[in-house]
Amino acid sequence: MVSTLVDEDRALDSRSPQKGAAVADAGRFLMSRLRQIGIFLALLVIVTLFQALTGGALLQPDNVYNIIVQNSYILLLAIGMVMIIVAGHIDLSVGSVAAFVGAMSGIMIRDWSLPWWVALVASLAVGALVGAWQGFWVAYIGIPAFIVTLAGMLVFRGLTQIVLENQRITGFPPEYRQLGGGSLFPGLFPPATNILDWTTVGLGLIAMALLVVSQLRGRANRAKLDLEDEPRAWFLTRLVFGVVVILALTLLLASSRGGTPIVLVVLGVLVVAYSAVMNRTVFGRHVYARGGNLQAAQLSGVNTKRVDFLLFVNMGVLAALAGLVFTGRLNSAGPGAGNLFELDAIAAAFIGGAAVTGGVGTIIGAITGGLIMGVLNNGMSLMGVGIDFQQFIKGMVLLLAVGFDVFNKRRASNALK
Amino acid sequence: MSEHVLQMRRISKSFPGVKALQDVTLAVARGEVHAICGENGAGKSTLMKVLSGVYPHGTYEGDIVLEGDTVSFRDIKDSERSGVVIIHQELALSPFLSVAENIFLGNERATGGFIDWNETNARAVELLRRVGLDVNPNVRAMDIGVGKQQLVEIAKALSKDVKLLILDEPTAALNDEDSAHLLGLVRGLREDGITCIIISHKLNEIRAIADSVTILRDGQTIETLSLHDGSVTEDRIIKGMVGRELTSRYPERTPAIGAEVLRVEDWTVHHPQEHSRVVVDHAHLNVRAGEIVGIAGLMGAGRTELAMSIFGRSYGADISGRMYKNGQEITARTVSEAIRHGIAYATEDRKRYGLNLIDDIKRNISSAALGKLTSAGWVNGGRETLVAQEYRTSMNIKAPSVSSITGKLSGGNQQKVVLSKWMFADPDVLILDEPTRGIDVGAKYEIYTIINELAAQGKAVLVISSELPELLGICDRIYTLAEGRITAEVPIAEATPERLMQHMTKEKD
Repeated sequence: MVSTLVDEDRALDSRSPQKGAAVADAGRFLMSRLRQIGIFLALLVIVTLFQALTGGALLQPDNVYNIIVQNSYILLLAIGMVMIIVAGHIDLSVGSVAAFVGAMSGIMIRDWSLPWWVALVASLAVGALVGAWQGFWVAYIGIPAFIVTLAGMLVFRGLTQIVLENQRITGFPPEYRQLGGGSLFPGLFPPATNILDWTTVGLGLIAMALLVVSQLRGRANRAKLDLEDEPRAWFLTRLVFGVVVILALTLLLASSRGGTPIVLVVLGVLVVAYSAVMNRTVFGRHVYARGGNLQAAQLSGVNTKRVDFLLFVNMGVLAALAGLVFTGRLNSAGPGAGNLFELDAIAAAFIGGAAVTGGVGTIIGAITGGLIMGVLNNGMSLMGVGIDFQQFIKGMVLLLAVGFDVFNKRRASNALK
Repeated sequence: MSEHVLQMRRISKSFPGVKALQDVTLAVARGEVHAICGENGAGKSTLMKVLSGVYPHGTYEGDIVLEGDTVSFRDIKDSERSGVVIIHQELALSPFLSVAENIFLGNERATGGFIDWNETNARAVELLRRVGLDVNPNVRAMDIGVGKQQLVEIAKALSKDVKLLILDEPTAALNDEDSAHLLGLVRGLREDGITCIIISHKLNEIRAIADSVTILRDGQTIETLSLHDGSVTEDRIIKGMVGRELTSRYPERTPAIGAEVLRVEDWTVHHPQEHSRVVVDHAHLNVRAGEIVGIAGLMGAGRTELAMSIFGRSYGADISGRMYKNGQEITARTVSEAIRHGIAYATEDRKRYGLNLIDDIKRNISSAALGKLTSAGWVNGGRETLVAQEYRTSMNIKAPSVSSITGKLSGGNQQKVVLSKWMFADPDVLILDEPTRGIDVGAKYEIYTIINELAAQGKAVLVISSELPELLGICDRIYTLAEGRITAEVPIAEATPERLMQHMTKEKD
């Protein structure tokens, strides 16, 4: 009897201010997701800002193509770097390792006359060996990664200069250079039909279809298990946003001179694959567990040394790939290549929401963080801003991005105190 | 001078979405030891944070009257200037600084910015003597035990001319001996005219030391009881805390004991750093299916070390001895081998060793047996969530969802997550190290019920505890441990606190 009365009261209460409450609820919901979507909003704001400041030059098809190719090697490094950072480590050596592998690939082709594809595979193996070397010291000897990779930064820079005898190597075979600057199937369709690059359009449609199908299937699966807690409107907003971004990128690239850069396909596959590894495999779980609480992970039976070792091997391979892309793009392996790459990759991971203390961070966040840095670089260059101001502004963006994240975290924890 | 040192009047404090304190009143008489009791989340810590200026004036409603004057503290320094000093449950000593440096940290004996080391050390010695601590003031804080660290904290408080000392769970991490010393010290301070507020879960301590007790429940003051005439029993206090009469503090159980599951023989463990030091000395024990076996020992007796060395050698060096599982000799050199052999260990320090506090409930629950949710290295996220939801229901974990972050749960709920994690691993032997530390009375009862259910399922359970009543309440058999040796094996029918304590303090011949 009493309970029915109370229920009726509540029903009456909620009826009158319903509309206001719904708006407030939506606002609260958005605020709770702010940390998740903040980084994407930031990228959107920066793109819009520079699009206006450069009078539309930023989103010219050919410039979009350039932004992707110019930043591809940083993005490759950021994938490995964010995993290392999630585990609670850091890698300062990736720029030197990229340079060293680039140099080794030059030696293999010029001095050892290896075919280009053998050189590519062997270079990745060199990267794995370098990673194994550093991983050995970090995981099995127990020296902090900061020290090991600071040493590695010097060691591999030195080795680069030694093997190159301080001379650059140029004149790489055209096949090798495809990875850095080449486009996907440039002459597939007869030039007469090329209003748009149909290969790019096809790829874009496939990507869109994959996104929609995987999201809908995921939601259906969760709903079947009665696990769905995401509001429908929010899910649709996200999905539409994703589709629009892919559509816009497809149209821009399809009307650029080059079409789809090969490295974009490589990046796309790696981002999807590594995101799956981090979210859905035992190894990915162990990386988060190791970074979140080392002792708890060990006492749960996680072989944390093996996790550390494999992370550095993986970073070595990705650094090697970045070195190959960079060398191919410039058609040159030089003793000073890859300088400061490590800092851009680390900045990308942190702007993308990774935590300095480990345990937190996502591949997609790091990629977005890398793109923010890339768009800033490109936009400022288009505006003719000097390198001095560019550095200053990038530094401030890094500081403010992490500051915003810290502020958000504090607000969230205060709300719960 | 009023007779009350402190009066807190109609204090209310809200956080977004939560009313943490509502019209709380607290009156503390001059020179008394005043206890504050309440379940976890009742608002004790919040109230003390309001009092000590952690939450500055203006962020709460109501008045604080100290020595007859209404005060409005802006921060902790401000409250310390007025003689209110709080010692937090988590000790705040800097491990690499010396004892003397810690005592005067933030309050350095200096002239013109230069430390006067002679005065620092001389005054430190004086303060250490006052708290009955005989250590060299130049020793690093990390090199003395937890009990002594607690005393250093008190020395630090005394260095600030404290009038009102607040102790938050001061004996939670101490053994009985150190607790007794600390409580004696609090009594001594009372004679020096220092008023103490003590927050504690240990009701026997409160009865032994406090003059009066204020009980909080759900952010409200329930009552203040005087403990002078001795008519207030522990059960009376518990009734106030939980709002109901607890008929028994330990759930009923009829043991059904089967065959031996784990036997450890001649188990010797050396200290991981100082290899010559023997931490566990030729220990032997066994536990049978469906049996709950207790391990009683004072702090430093080697309880945790024994358990962790059995659990895949996760502690110690030069480990020797034999281990038998269902009669077969086994070796478990790593934690994952131990888990494969069906051994699980739930740590005494769940925040440091038990949970990934920044991750959510479901991922913590699955973390020790992720293999059960995977095929070819891929985790089935849907099944993981379902499993976690089952445990949330069956263990009564109070959280909005299984995606809630474990760091935000209360101690009792965190412990339920740790237990769920090991229950999901489905071990045959479960070692529970201090399973109810820092957990309030109501949640303790739930944990005991869970332990009983595990035994009823035929699991062999080893329980390590500092609280003898707890062991006497739930175990079938109790081993006592002293200086790394098993000194006795006592069936529950013959066990009394006195008898256990006698074996726990037995020294080497």
